[in-house]
Parts: sequence; structure tokens; C-alpha cells
Amino acid sequence: MIEVKNIKKSFDGVEILKGISTTFEKGKTNLIIGQSGSGKTVFLKSLLGLFTPEEGAIIFDGRDYNSLSTKEKRELRTEIGMVFQGSALFDSMTVSENVMFPLRMFANQPLSEMQDRVDFVLKRVDLIDAHHKFPAETSGGMQKRVAIARAIVMNPKYLFCDEPNSGLDPKTAIVIDNLIQEITDEYNITTVVNTHDMNSVMEIGEKIVFLKNGVKAWEGTNKEIFKTDNKAVTDFVYSSDLFKKVREVYLKELEEES
Amino acid sequence: MIYLENIGRYFLMLKSVFSKMTKWSMLRNLIFKEIDDLIIGSMGIVCFISFFVGGVVAIQTALNINNPLIPKYLVGFATRQSVILEFAPTFISIIMAGKVGSFITSSIGTMRVTEQIDALEVMGVNSLNYLVFPKIVALSLYPFVITIAMFLGILGGWLASIYGGFSTSADFIQGLQIEFIPFHVTYAFIKTFLFSFVLATIPSFYGYYMKGGALEVGKASTTSFVWTSVVIILINYLITQLLLT
Repeated sequence: MIEVKNIKKSFDGVEILKGISTTFEKGKTNLIIGQSGSGKTVFLKSLLGLFTPEEGAIIFDGRDYNSLSTKEKRELRTEIGMVFQGSALFDSMTVSENVMFPLRMFANQPLSEMQDRVDFVLKRVDLIDAHHKFPAETSGGMQKRVAIARAIVMNPKYLFCDEPNSGLDPKTAIVIDNLIQEITDEYNITTVVNTHDMNSVMEIGEKIVFLKNGVKAWEGTNKEIFKTDNKAVTDFVYSSDLFKKVREVYLKELEEES
Repeated sequence: MIYLENIGRYFLMLKSVFSKMTKWSMLRNLIFKEIDDLIIGSMGIVCFISFFVGGVVAIQTALNINNPLIPKYLVGFATRQSVILEFAPTFISIIMAGKVGSFITSSIGTMRVTEQIDALEVMGVNSLNYLVFPKIVALSLYPFVITIAMFLGILGGWLASIYGGFSTSADFIQGLQIEFIPFHVTYAFIKTFLFSFVLATIPSFYGYYMKGGALEVGKASTTSFVWTSVVIILINYLITQLLLT
């Protein structure tokens, strides 16, 4: 579980995060949503320790990140898996070497065991014949799957994904969403996904945190988001006619059931 | 003010480069890769330039000696002094600032733009040690490149003098040997070693701390070349003042 307490972050005097508090629960897919410029990426990078907040605390299962020593922070980071928006695979390494990288850095295992683990996670993300390909030789969807494989190879306790569906076709996006959901359930980890893909919100949003102008404007589940009358949320989530209709149908069904 | 901030940040970067070392098994492979990219990959251009510039130095010296009282061995003497004292260590380092420096800045800068450096940090890797330390170690072999540049520069001068009819082989070789001060070679290697550190770290600094996209990678490469050259020239002046006066 990750507890976030009143974090604030500014750049050049402009306050981007204006005191956000929330909790990301273990075994659930937690989503951060919001418009571009709402502070989602800064929030996620603050959670990862890539930005240091001026105020507030980020607590990973009782460990306050900002009070940890450099060594403890590095140890904690080995428990974190991250899927970047552009996958952030190392260009000069093959798929197999990319996935093995964290193991070679931190695990003291024989090469054969590392190779077995790499084969296992690549199979888990449905990549069987891509071991010797370089990232540039693979598709966007494959790169995302390699990034997920690299993120889970060390059995992380926390999985962070920054816009995992960006640049993917709808079918591949669903595959990636389902994969994230399955891995969260399977490994019982705390997953935090930064997205503005409404399909992901509806499909895998077990907990949703909605940011607007650097503050938490709403939080709830993917069921509650249909019923909320929070204007900021409805303006954002139901901005398209399609989702407006989806909401109407869902609410009608609920009415009929009751 | 921004210059002071950058100088401070550069020294803080150096502190991080030498802290929390990467696993030796990983580091070893990285060092070999950097030797291949930075040292072996630069040999062709260094050899080519050294040979022909050595030849040009000899020809220019010969053409500018009109007084019959000046001995012919001066061509060999001037070529040796120019190549060992300045051409090989300083001129080649400026060329390397363009070739190796821009390669380092653009490769690290691209890693920054594509979030690969963030990925390293999130994994708990000391990205500065991982990226910069192997370059410093690889470029510690840079004096070998300069040794070859010195040899080829003098060889080029010798061949140009003989085949251009500017000097006899005996005169040229006499010039190479006359008033030879071994400390001049030591001086050349001391500054080469310092330049190698500058060549590894300043371009890394500009790549690592760049912000923006692909356009900024290009701008960072240019800025890194300018500042690497400026620092090489300043160090050259200081070392010359300290060691030769």
C-alpha cells in the first residue's frame, strides 16, 4: 500500500501539485486520471522519487520515502517496477538483455537461472520469439510488453505505469490493460497507472484518483464514476458522446435493477 | 550566474559518478564497449589527420625558410616540436571534442529524452556511475591515441620533406634528434591525461542534464563541443604556464 500525504511540488515558482493526499491499495489497479497539464506525470514521478516534493510524505508500506537514507531509497527502488510512456527500453540491448538487466544488476543468480526467469516473464507477457530482437525491430505493443516484462522480472511490490496505452491501437490497448490487471491480481502488488484512456478507466479502474489543476478533485471506483455528479469528473470523462451514451445506458440498467 | 550554477552542478555530478559503483561484471562490459566506441572508433580520423597535418607542418616550415644560414635540419626540428608539444595533444583533442564529445552528449541526451535514464534511476541504478564512469576509464587510454598521432605526424612530416624535396632524410632525422628534451613528452602526456577527463565528463554533463526533445539534443551537442574546446584551451594554457615556464 502507498499512502500519499499532502504532497506539494513547484517548478520555477509555479505550484504544480497543490497538496494531494490519497491511498493506493495493495492488490488493486489504482488509476490516476486528469486532463493534460493537471499534474499527473509530476505526481507519478514524485511517487517514484524522480522529483522531490517540497512538502508532504509518500509512505510505502510504512516507509516514508523522504526519510530514508540514500541506500534505503535504492533498496526500495529495487521493489518498484515501472512501465514508461515510451517504454524506455535500452536501444543497444536485445529484448532478452533488456528484461535481464535488473537481474544482472541486483540479483546474485547464475546466468542460467536468470535466463529461465527472463523466459518465464517473456512467456507471461506473450512474447516468445522476440528474445534476440532489438527494441527498434519490434512494434509499439511489443515494446510495451517487454517493458512490462522488465518491470515484473524482479517480483516488484509496486508497479507504476505511465500512459501504458498511448500510441497503441484499441485492441492492443485492451491486451495491455488486461495484462496489467492480471499481473496485479497474480502478484498481489500495488499498481498505479497514469492514464487518460477512458476505456482503461472503465475496464481496470478499481480505484480512480482524478486530478484537476494540481489538486485531487475526486476519487472512487469505476462503478462510482458512472454515478458521480462531480462536474469536473463528468466534464472530463463524459466529454465524448459515446461515453455519455455508455453512462446513460449504465445508469438506466441500474435504475431498472433497483 | 548560470555559469556558476553549471560549474557547481558539474562538480556534484563528478561526486555522484564516483559513488555507488555499478556491479563489476556489468561495468567491465560497458568499459570494453566504450573503448570500442570512443578509442578504436576514433583511430581512423586521428591517423588520417595526424599524418597529413604533420606533412603540412613540414612543408610550411620548409617553404618559410628562405635564409641560407638557417640549417636544413630545422624542418625536422620544427615538425617534432609542433607535433609533440601542441598538434598531437591539443589539436587532436579539439577534434575529439567534436567527434567523441558530440557522440557522448547525443547518446546520453537521447537516453534522457527517451526516459532511459529515468528507467535506470527507478530501478535503483546510479545512472551517473553507470553512464559516465566507463567513459572516463575508456578515455584513460586516450594517451595511446596521442602517441600514435605523434608518431604519424612526424612520419607524415618526414615523408613530405623527402618526397617534396624540401629536406634530406638525414637532415630531417638530425632535426628530430637535436635538442630533444624528454620532459616535453611528459608535459604532452600530462595534458593529454587531463584532456581525456574533460572529454569524458563535460559532454556527459551536457547530455545528462539536457531538457527537451530531439532538437535540444542537437543544441546540447553543439554547446558541449564549445565548452569542451574552451576548457581544453584554458587547461592547455595553464599547464603550459605551470610546466614549461
